[in-house]
Amino acid sequence: MRSCTPRSLLAASLLGAALVAALPGPAVARTEILWWHALQATLGERVGEIASKFNASQAEYEVKAIFKGSYPETLNAAIAAYRAKQAPHIVQVYEVGTQTMLSSGAILPVFQLMKDHNVAIDWNDLIGPVKTYYSSGGNLYSMAFNSSTPILYYNKDLFKKAGLPDKPPVTWDEVEAMAKKLVAGGAKCGYSSAWPSWVIMETMHAYHDQPFADHANGFDGLATTLKINGPFGVKMLELLQRGAKEGWFTYNGRLNKAEANMGGGECGIFTTSSAYIGNLTKTAEGKFAWGTAPLPHMAGFPRGNSIIGGATLWVMKGAKPEEAKGVAQFFKYLASTENQAWWATVTGYLPLTQAAVKAMEASGVYTKNPHLKTAVAQMNAAKTTPNSQGLRLGNYGSIRDAIEEQMENVFAGKKTAKQGLDDTVAKSGDILKEFAALYK
Amino acid sequence: MARVLERAAGVTVARARGRRDRSGLVAHAILLGSVVVLAFPLYYALVISTQTVGEATSLPPRLLPSTAMLDNYVQAWQRAQMGRLLFNSAVVALAIAVGKIVISMLSAFAIVYFDFRGKQLVFWMIFVTLMLPVPVRIVSTFEVMTRLGWVNTYWALTVPLMASATGTFLFRQFYRTIPDSLAEAAQLDGAGPLRFLWSILLPLSTANIAALFVILFVYGWNEYLWPLMVTTTVEMRTAVVGVESLVPRGGSQLAEWNVIMAAAIMVLLPPVAVIVLMQRWFVKGLIESEK
Amino acid sequence: MKRTVFRNRWLPYALVAPQIVITLVFFYWPALDSVRLSLYRASPFGDRLIFVGWGNFARLFADAAYLRSALTSVVFAFLVTLIGLVLALVLAALANARIRGLAVYRSLLLWPYGIAPAIAGILWLFIFHPSYGVLPYVLSFATTYQFNWFLKGWVAMTLLVVAAVWKQFGYNLAFYLAGLQAIEASVLEAASVDGAGPVRRFLAITFPLLSPVTFFLFTLNMTFAFFETFGLVHSVTQGGPGDATSLLVYKAWKDGFENLQLGVSAAQSVVLMAVVIGLTALQFRYAEKKVTY
Repeated sequence: MRSCTPRSLLAASLLGAALVAALPGPAVARTEILWWHALQATLGERVGEIASKFNASQAEYEVKAIFKGSYPETLNAAIAAYRAKQAPHIVQVYEVGTQTMLSSGAILPVFQLMKDHNVAIDWNDLIGPVKTYYSSGGNLYSMAFNSSTPILYYNKDLFKKAGLPDKPPVTWDEVEAMAKKLVAGGAKCGYSSAWPSWVIMETMHAYHDQPFADHANGFDGLATTLKINGPFGVKMLELLQRGAKEGWFTYNGRLNKAEANMGGGECGIFTTSSAYIGNLTKTAEGKFAWGTAPLPHMAGFPRGNSIIGGATLWVMKGAKPEEAKGVAQFFKYLASTENQAWWATVTGYLPLTQAAVKAMEASGVYTKNPHLKTAVAQMNAAKTTPNSQGLRLGNYGSIRDAIEEQMENVFAGKKTAKQGLDDTVAKSGDILKEFAALYK
Repeated sequence: MARVLERAAGVTVARARGRRDRSGLVAHAILLGSVVVLAFPLYYALVISTQTVGEATSLPPRLLPSTAMLDNYVQAWQRAQMGRLLFNSAVVALAIAVGKIVISMLSAFAIVYFDFRGKQLVFWMIFVTLMLPVPVRIVSTFEVMTRLGWVNTYWALTVPLMASATGTFLFRQFYRTIPDSLAEAAQLDGAGPLRFLWSILLPLSTANIAALFVILFVYGWNEYLWPLMVTTTVEMRTAVVGVESLVPRGGSQLAEWNVIMAAAIMVLLPPVAVIVLMQRWFVKGLIESEK
Repeated sequence: MKRTVFRNRWLPYALVAPQIVITLVFFYWPALDSVRLSLYRASPFGDRLIFVGWGNFARLFADAAYLRSALTSVVFAFLVTLIGLVLALVLAALANARIRGLAVYRSLLLWPYGIAPAIAGILWLFIFHPSYGVLPYVLSFATTYQFNWFLKGWVAMTLLVVAAVWKQFGYNLAFYLAGLQAIEASVLEAASVDGAGPVRRFLAITFPLLSPVTFFLFTLNMTFAFFETFGLVHSVTQGGPGDATSLLVYKAWKDGFENLQLGVSAAQSVVLMAVVIGLTALQFRYAEKKVTY
């Protein structure tokens, strides 16, 4: 074997370089778009999928989806990055952070982005609550992405065991009656709920067209006080306080800890996010049969609509024009009927447009999985009133803590519902006023 | 009188010896019992890490190992990106241990073997850091990291933890026990201070260094709040923080305890191994740091 | 004794420079900044600041949730410390005999020191798991009470205390054993000749002689329980159920990093600083005094 002389090495490298140069390669490098998100596991994979699909559909931009941790962690990371002038282009922020983002001066509103780059999206086709939650003055500020709303779940096996027909409760009186029967029939828990504040306080107020905070729930200026200690709020909590005492309502903790009880087959009636369908399908497989239904309504109060939870995509300021254009194109891609239908089907989140709903119906998705339709039907069945547009609260995280703290006191019988709610209003008033003072 | 005392002493000795025999057995029993109770959670975790999810979550609890070990460990490795996490933790722990040792040695050397303006101030400045543990600095630390552009870097994970008082005091204590004659002799020989440090103090300090190494390695490996704050990507997370990400928050996701335990075992082995293998120095280090 | 010193003008400064620089940048700057921030209300993006002076502190001390958190931390710290020390002392006393293999036992008991509190928490979390943990299972034979730490605050607290005590146990035991072995047998023999029974001997002689060790372990365990258990709470209970296990350290982090209330969080950090200073001062003041003969 001949030894490698310098000349032969040079020849080899020149040949190699020539070969490489001859290979077809990208004529122009793609503009990179950074997307920070907080979805883990399967959902995280779906996020990656939609980014890949977009990347494959065109050659100018490349969206990089990066998982940054939980919602609070992702938000923190975005804030820190922004302050270090290294913000990502798109960041997924949970609904708790909506007011924070709106007041920050760090974002480019979505409607502005679309206008700047002449990208048309039919805003009117968005499902009511989805559109209003993230809009100001009729204009969309952040791109709805993974939205959900609370719905009712029920354990059909426990219903049968209690001698109840396979018919979910429609009113809160029915919830009480059925839950009592369920417990008598041996269920460990008659009714329970996850996300206590979001479902029992926030959504229920909107669902019954009751105001939650002043300044039109924060849509009309920064909210400075909650209004949940009115007759509806008191009646709602008194009902559940009685339920806790009589044993047909079980309080199973904050966040979505209670979902473990539903998934474990303990609860007969349960309320939580529509996004729980995917997990429940997996957890309950082979264990028990279950169904979904719209949320129960309290007699004697008007009808509003349920509100949105989940997260949206915000565009951070400071992107270069080509990058901003890429973001606009990506959002257009996300909003297309085909992609909406795909995303909603594989994740269980709500489709954002009526067109997507129709597409899903047409393709038989709802026939195969009727549960996916419950939330959509619930939202489309009612008109969105000013009280059910959603909530814009500063320091929303602390507000929820305050609300749930008092809810726990009420459920444990330590305070009357009125007292608990009055205390909540007092404490959260301070928190809200603090935030408002910062942005005067 | 003497006879009485003698007899009393004899009885005492005899009684003591008897007591010693009995108490020897009792001592062994107590210590053995403690070892078993202490080891139980680890044993249980190991067993769970060899079972399937179904086995791990069934009642009555199974206390004997099963066959899913390889599967679980592979899953934990992939899902939590264990390779990367363990690497990060290793880098952090080693950097902190070595960095802290070097820095505190130098500072202690300066404090003990030099007279300089501001020595008292330096000493107190170092001392005060004992009263500034991580939780006291959290919000602003993130600020500082952001300003420096260090978020999500190895710098942020290691450098800020490289200076604190314990190592300095330990070396200072130790240097003060070194006979003055050595330093005198070195000076007479014309050796400079750095030479003295390198050729004489350093070899003498090996026991202390080993002791500190064990403690600092464990400390660096097990740091939680700091890495949680200064890293926001999975790639830069350390192992201890990373395991936590496998435990689902809330109850909606079914926790795969077998995989979680596999991950936990992988993460706790290195520091525990360091302690067990270097336990002589570890004990010395504990005792020294008491002073 | 006059110490030999090296004469060099700039070298000592160079030697202490790394430590001082790191200390200034990463200890003093953030700590002082915490103090500064604690006097303001800050927006999440940090772009708006309102000076409120003592406002944050006033609100903290009027906030039932914060006071509860303080109480929880104190209770937790005392439980971990007292249970840990008593257990270790009793067992060390019973195990204090001239036996072979003490070093082996020591290494078999010290290894939990290498386990991070967060990991210890995860191990015990599973043992306590209400649905398939071994502990509730065993207890279910004795009582029908639901030991569900997801729901019951005191059970969650017990879980954390057990995990913390477990982790520290070997360490406490090792120190007590060493301390006991250092007590001269002759002192005890003399006492027994005087007619003192084992318990009396222990209380009157052994325990006082152990007071330096006890004091050292006391402050160490208290500091550990206050400042190094963040990982434990974050990985196991996240302060729950409700806020039953919301330790001061955890709450300070949560208010700052999850609820984005920077000023309030900084104020909590300052309060923690005061606690540390108190503990450290206590340690040094007391250690100065001679504790025994």
